[in-house]
Amino acid sequence: MRATAAEETQSGTLVLLCLASWAVPGAGHLWLGRRSKGVIFLIALPLMFALGLALHGRLFPFDLNEPLVGLAAIADLGIGIPYFIATSLGYGGGEVRAVTYEYGNAFLIVAGLLNLLVVIDAFDVAMGRK
Amino acid sequence: MQSHLGLLVVFAFFVSLIFAVIAKDDARAQLRFGGLMFGGFLASALVLGWLMYPFPL
Repeated sequence: MRATAAEETQSGTLVLLCLASWAVPGAGHLWLGRRSKGVIFLIALPLMFALGLALHGRLFPFDLNEPLVGLAAIADLGIGIPYFIATSLGYGGGEVRAVTYEYGNAFLIVAGLLNLLVVIDAFDVAMGRK
Repeated sequence: MQSHLGLLVVFAFFVSLIFAVIAKDDARAQLRFGGLMFGGFLASALVLGWLMYPFPL
């Protein structure tokens, strides 16, 4: 069965919404009019990511020979544009001798994973499930 | 900051905040859910910490 033009437009908008929500934490909720939630995500998630960098955490490389490193890299990428800003500015090298290294990694990885949850939440809101 | 407990508190705060905002729509429900989650994080970390205390690294 072929999708109607309206359905295709809606699915295109949903893809754009999810991309925006991934790229800028909270953007999806702001788009959908959930302003307070969007602002909280917009502030809290990049702040958590920045704390991870300040704690000498590492932005892991996409090394598929080491599955855990590859998975950590995917989780890091979950934060969206802040990831690219950090890498372009040379942050995220990781200081393995720092006491806070593992905490930094936890902050970076969890910030990315939480942003992916936020994307799923925005999708659910757009679909009328919430 | 290099305090393990301090970093644990900050981490628990952020995770509880995001989960509460995702899971609940009402501000009171968010506060209640987030508070419970935050308390649960801290309590479980302290209990597990003391349980592991006798074991050498």
